[in-house]
Amino acid sequence: MSTELTVASYKTDLKPIWCPGCGDYGALNPFYQAMLDCGLQPKDTVIVSGIGCSGRFPYFCNTYGFHGVHGRALPTAAGMKMASPHLNIFAVGGDGDGLGIGGGHIPHVARKNVDLVYLLLDNSIYGLTKGQSSPTSPLPMSSKTAPYGYIEDPLDPLAMYIAYNISFVARGFSGKPKQLRELFTQAIRHKGFSMVHVFSPCVTFNKQVTFKTFNELVKELPEDHDAGNRIKAMEYALDRSTLWTGVFYREERPTIHERVVDIQNRAGRFKDLNELLDDFR
Amino acid sequence: MAKQEQVSLTGNEAVAYAFKQARPHVASAFPITPQTEMMHKFADFVANGEVDTEMILVESEHSAMSAAVGAAAAGARVITATSSAGFALMWEIVYVAASLRLPICMALVNRALSGNINIHCDHSDAMGGRDAGWIHLFCESAQEAYDNALMAFRIGEHPDVRLPVMINYDGFIISHTADSLRMLSADDAWKFVGPYKAAYSVLDTENPITVGPLDLTDYYFEHKVGEIEAHKRAFDVVRAVSAQYGALSGRGYDFFESYRLDDAEIAIVLMGSTAGTAKDVVDAHREKGVKAGLLKLRLFRPFPAAELAKALAGKKAVGVMDRAASFGAWGGPLFTEVRSALYGADRQPPVLNWIYGLGGRDCDLRQIDSVLERLADAARGKSGETVNLLGVRL
Repeated sequence: MSTELTVASYKTDLKPIWCPGCGDYGALNPFYQAMLDCGLQPKDTVIVSGIGCSGRFPYFCNTYGFHGVHGRALPTAAGMKMASPHLNIFAVGGDGDGLGIGGGHIPHVARKNVDLVYLLLDNSIYGLTKGQSSPTSPLPMSSKTAPYGYIEDPLDPLAMYIAYNISFVARGFSGKPKQLRELFTQAIRHKGFSMVHVFSPCVTFNKQVTFKTFNELVKELPEDHDAGNRIKAMEYALDRSTLWTGVFYREERPTIHERVVDIQNRAGRFKDLNELLDDFR
Repeated sequence: MAKQEQVSLTGNEAVAYAFKQARPHVASAFPITPQTEMMHKFADFVANGEVDTEMILVESEHSAMSAAVGAAAAGARVITATSSAGFALMWEIVYVAASLRLPICMALVNRALSGNINIHCDHSDAMGGRDAGWIHLFCESAQEAYDNALMAFRIGEHPDVRLPVMINYDGFIISHTADSLRMLSADDAWKFVGPYKAAYSVLDTENPITVGPLDLTDYYFEHKVGEIEAHKRAFDVVRAVSAQYGALSGRGYDFFESYRLDDAEIAIVLMGSTAGTAKDVVDAHREKGVKAGLLKLRLFRPFPAAELAKALAGKKAVGVMDRAASFGAWGGPLFTEVRSALYGADRQPPVLNWIYGLGGRDCDLRQIDSVLERLADAARGKSGETVNLLGVRL
């Protein structure tokens, strides 16, 4: 098929069933646009998701989709990329999926630098199960499992990503879709593991971390921020007074696939048994 | 008999009240449909100071069971709850809990296992853990879920048993349906359940112990025999605890409920909420003069093979309904056990199997009616398939 790609090429007939006003709409539309900007062929694209409201992403994208179990979108996506390096692979999930139950996978995909894009849509709550505290619920946020307030410190995901040495780390806000489109586009074009953390408020179950919260605190990183400076990236990540958005950190380094190919080339052809025995004669 | 309050609660709420009345020291929890509501309710009790429980909100079910094992090894009375994929993720530690003889009580709100993703009821999650060493109780209603949840502590913590107990109740059908039930007062429930004193504790510094060390070809087998023997001893404990609870509440329980079974010529065997529907169908057949009956299994582990064989001896045909498939096996897991229990028994009846209700597929009156019709044919010597599917589009 040689029909020209448009945004419609990436949409399915399914109307998203998120709540009206859900932050995930604000991430889905720029995602369609970014796929178009990068000219991704839907037939060469797979979206892998975990459990949660954002886990519905594949249903609304006219690509291949894989809806897996809770927390395992990332290793599933990494497996796909290893098997079929020519495919465009996305993993999509929420803060509970990616930072709670599946939080152990991020550093290891970072170490491998698997060439895929992970969209983590953070609403600071378990929305699909109707409002329990999540790993990014800020103190002293209350929830159905913590009626009088949460008593555990939230994670600092951006600082974790940078500490994990993920080769592309960006953060956006679904209230700023234009910037998100640009961040997704850069993430797709980056060769290696790209992490895009998106503030995506839950309007139904989280009345404490809202669009208003982010509209007040979110600010784009200065234009002169050097994304190659990991220390500086960490400083912005740890800033509690401003929630910076943009590309925090970027490093070009070999992907796991390139390293595998490199070993294969260096190893040359396999010796047969007689040649191996020659070493002992 | 104790004075009781008539209340309207969902199955999840009823179990949350039972857990509150048992005053656990520790609860570990991670949300999963359809269990979540139970722990919401319990979290409210904790937050309101109605129960003095340390609530640990963990990041996965694997951690929920790990936290439960840690707390129980420290001598605490521990509750947790899960469903489906959550139970599957726990699996490694589910075995550890039983092997370490830690009497954790867990609500398993039965839901189909993935994939594809399905949130509705079947027993595939429970069957995935049937060999894990836990005691399995199955419930027909919110009332039974409440009653079994209270009895679970007494059964599991009994010195002759010391095993974890799973209270299985059907997702949504029981968990989310408001039902009318009778609830013991907090005092009466506490008098029945009573305080828990663990036999061993890793926090007992006067008597230091190590829990779960390497156990290879030298002693592992003997320790497994310990679990096997504990399950054998559990029969008497289940009977004694159930009898005591029956005297207190007026609701008697045994290994199974026999519904119009004694003089029945054809009988259905099943577990869970479908029993309610089956009783109506049995009644309808009785009105037509057909001697139909029902055996509703409550205690799946340990499996009361001898008593079950005795209750079904001499029937002209028995139909086992399994709400789970055992892929590649000859019939469902309950069928294979029931048939095995009857093999070589006195006056062994023919035993047929129906797999039904997977992924929450409704099991209506007509389906059960067709089972009894087929059993009546089998009783008359008419041959047919042994293993059958019920309510599926083919």
